[in-house]
Amino acid sequence: MTIFAVFDIGLVVLILGIAVSTIAARDAFAAVIGFVVYGLLLSIAWVRLAAVDVALTEAAIGGGMTGMLMLGAVARLRFAGGNDISISLPVRFATAVLCALVAAGLAIAVLSPPDAIPTLAPMVMENLAQSGLGNPVAGVLFVYRALDTLLEKVVLILALLGVWSLAPDSVWGGIPGLRVYARRSSTLTFLAQLLPPVGIVVAIYMCWVGAKEPGGAFQGGTVLAAMWLLVMIAGLKRVPSIGQPWLRPLLVVGPVIFLAIGLAGMVLANAFLAYPPGYAKPLIVAVEVALTLSIGVALGLLAAGPLEQAQQQ
Amino acid sequence: MNLALDIFTVSAVSAGALFFLAGTVGLLRFPDSLTRLHALTKVDNLGLGLVVLGLLPQTNGLFGALKLVSIWLLVQLSGAIVTQLIAGTVRRRGSNG
Repeated sequence: MTIFAVFDIGLVVLILGIAVSTIAARDAFAAVIGFVVYGLLLSIAWVRLAAVDVALTEAAIGGGMTGMLMLGAVARLRFAGGNDISISLPVRFATAVLCALVAAGLAIAVLSPPDAIPTLAPMVMENLAQSGLGNPVAGVLFVYRALDTLLEKVVLILALLGVWSLAPDSVWGGIPGLRVYARRSSTLTFLAQLLPPVGIVVAIYMCWVGAKEPGGAFQGGTVLAAMWLLVMIAGLKRVPSIGQPWLRPLLVVGPVIFLAIGLAGMVLANAFLAYPPGYAKPLIVAVEVALTLSIGVALGLLAAGPLEQAQQQ
Repeated sequence: MNLALDIFTVSAVSAGALFFLAGTVGLLRFPDSLTRLHALTKVDNLGLGLVVLGLLPQTNGLFGALKLVSIWLLVQLSGAIVTQLIAGTVRRRGSNG
């Protein structure tokens, strides 16, 4: 047994252990912390499977962003006294059975693969050079499955609309109720002044490098959102009201440009979401840049939560 | 030359791992929040620092090395500030373990 096998087995045991402790945790806060650790361990597992793109996304979205959303939910529940709601035994039992069924179905699908696994990977690698991209994952996302990628970004905006629609009528168009750090703290202010320039450079780098190495719009956008949230939580910038004229265009600029290039493909390249020969890479990079901005704004506003204050005149 | 660099890497990363182990033991065994934070910051600074130092000879070129060093600096920055914030909260609420 090599040292890698020992490491992998240890990693799997850790992941299962954290998963069990997350489910068994009595306290919502402890469960969320367990979930974040679970996400980070999963991203190490993806690295071991040589899927660095997935690992980056898992760490950024699965661990970081979702963890932050759930921490916000826990804080709101505590604030609203919702922790006392007890769930009846039959509901718990039904939840457990349904979850076990899903897990069993996934296990069967993963553990009994067909003899010859159908794969398009060799074809992707053969034709990747035509797109001018070096990262096969970016190739699949933006050339072969561009429609899926487009719809994925639209779903993000739909999710944000869902959060916004929780607002009562009186505050519509108002300011999201992000929990900012109440006490002005010089250390947090220092971090919020020092880190964003570094973070923005990292986000641009991740977006740019996504064309030929692991990285891309989603990872870069998450870093942008984190920097924005840091500045707002430290109290250096106010949370904007959602009626701001700059905010909504930024939110849709990524999907709109993606869609426009896709429609132009119908004229110039004879298919929806096809790129004219020779222009694939610049167009994809343009779409990625716009998407990074949109994803950053959308994730930041998702974390900021539902609207709570009316817009000030 | 390569062998010497490899030996350097192995020993520095092992020393770093030792700090991680010591920090984890401290995190589990120390009596209150402030001393636990103390154990945690040693891991960030020295443990990760030694791991990064050990990996420097294995990087491909200057940019890889710069990336590693900047990761260490960023972790130091965030570690120091998060520790400050947690310690401030502990002090305000009173240390209750």
